[in-house]
Amino acid sequence: MSDWLSPQEWTAVRLSLVVATTAMLASLLPGLAVAWLLARGRFWGKSLLDALIHLPLIMPPVVTGYLLLIGFGRRGPIGQVLDDWFGIVLSFRWTGAALACAVMGFPLLVRAIRLSIEAIDRKLEDAAGTLGAGPFWVFLTVTLPLALPGILAGMILCFAKAMGEFGATITFVSNIPGETQTLPSAIYTLTQVPDGDAGAMRLTLISIAISVAALLASELLARLVGRRLPVA
Amino acid sequence: MSAVVEVSARHRLGAFALDAAFASNGRLTALFGRSGSGKTTLINVISGLIRPQAGRVVVDGRVMVDSAAGIFVPKHRRRIGYVFQEARLFPHLTVRQNLLYGRWFAPRTEDRGSRLDDVLDLLGIGHLLHRAPGTLSGGEKQRVAIGRALLAKPGLLLMDEPLASLDEQRKAEILPHIERLRDGFGIPIVYVSHSIAEVARLATHLVILDQGRVTMSGPTAELMSRPDIPILSSAPEAGAIIEARVLRHEPEHGLTILQTPMGPLQIARRSVPEGAQLRVRILARDVMLSLRPLDEISALNVLPGTVSAIGGRHGDGAALEVRLDCNGAGLLARLTAKSAEQLRLAPGSAVYAVIKSVSIDTP
Repeated sequence: MSDWLSPQEWTAVRLSLVVATTAMLASLLPGLAVAWLLARGRFWGKSLLDALIHLPLIMPPVVTGYLLLIGFGRRGPIGQVLDDWFGIVLSFRWTGAALACAVMGFPLLVRAIRLSIEAIDRKLEDAAGTLGAGPFWVFLTVTLPLALPGILAGMILCFAKAMGEFGATITFVSNIPGETQTLPSAIYTLTQVPDGDAGAMRLTLISIAISVAALLASELLARLVGRRLPVA
Repeated sequence: MSAVVEVSARHRLGAFALDAAFASNGRLTALFGRSGSGKTTLINVISGLIRPQAGRVVVDGRVMVDSAAGIFVPKHRRRIGYVFQEARLFPHLTVRQNLLYGRWFAPRTEDRGSRLDDVLDLLGIGHLLHRAPGTLSGGEKQRVAIGRALLAKPGLLLMDEPLASLDEQRKAEILPHIERLRDGFGIPIVYVSHSIAEVARLATHLVILDQGRVTMSGPTAELMSRPDIPILSSAPEAGAIIEARVLRHEPEHGLTILQTPMGPLQIARRSVPEGAQLRVRILARDVMLSLRPLDEISALNVLPGTVSAIGGRHGDGAALEVRLDCNGAGLLARLTAKSAEQLRLAPGSAVYAVIKSVSIDTP
């Protein structure tokens, strides 16, 4: 396979997989928490939180990337704290690419999980309570397993979004081969150079293959989970 | 001695206001009333699913709710089992996992090995362990739900019309299990129902609710034989309950002779051993009254008694109920107001109750 792809193309594929997987896994727990809050919580500012979460979905990705650059850049208010206190630098690093992808995929993840939590019959949670389960155990043994199909769907959506993320990533962390050049950035670069067509086509095919594989994996997982659940 | 269950609650839900209080020591306390009378709201207060605006709930000496003292024990710390009208089994777990769910949270002090077998045996669900809840019939689901609540080792079991969504055959399938649970498991039960037949068969203590208030509370047999509780006495299936013991069988006539406080009672043969305790229900419409003892009559049971109370006519209908005191046991008879007038019945009148053997019900 490495004969077929140039080392630079191969690096872009690997980097994209790492970035997308990191983005998906890192946003899972906060995504669950926010989805649960939006589905079940009753608090002041709920619609504000909802709007904030959905902002990356409706804003131009370049705007999101630029805001990330302002906030998380080395001189940005958050970036400076992270650098001074934890030695974490995000700008122009692959971790920054993962952050940009996570922010862009977050609304899709939260939406899918939130809908599946809202669809759960709360009477089942009441029943678990009368059997002695406290709120945390009810969530872990009833809410979470019943929301699993939605969680899987959200994860796949988030992963797919991260694989394809371009605008916010290139604005925030630029297009550095080996560090921040993900699949879409690499394809874009190849289309800008003479004789890059063949390489762009190879990466395009790989991109399609990864997307289809992710979709099939989610179908398979959903079916495995669905076997335990009543037919909806 | 303090009661097993002691509840008083005031709670307003939109246009509905609950203001109810009762105390019971019964093995099975039935909350009885029409739909919308507040039965379910009241047991939700006991279970902790509803926090009453004001009230006090004490179960077996343990204060669960005391709004004056600011006490509210959350539902998962009450150890009160709840069997819902719809079984509410967890769809993602097998029957076995559903049954054992409460065990994770129950105290580990008691013996954990034998109870599952006892419960499987009691409810006859051993063969269902590996099935998914979605594949069970309504009756099976409800039995699993009862087992699941029992295995959480509750100090009190609440049942909210557990038979309401089932057909007659399924009800008949579950009722004996609930009776055995009542008599053999030592867990007091509070049972919500709007069916007189169920209450008559199961309840030892009866609480009658109407529009969010408790109108009557007392031993089932006593309330069932009163002519002045319209929701019971004017219902078509009104009737007295008598605790009896099997004296002997008369196989040549296909009869069983019962010993009751009001004297021997002959009923159609039942397959129960001699000496067994049995609850007999005599419907008011099956009891005839006579001023003189009758001998040349087909009915086998003619019991002397005195009229202790006469109820009013139901609206402008012809019938009314008369309560008889037969050697301490209460009996209810339904007759027309005209007959009562012709016989000049009044409290204290000596009469004979005539009951056909074939119409005596052992629920």
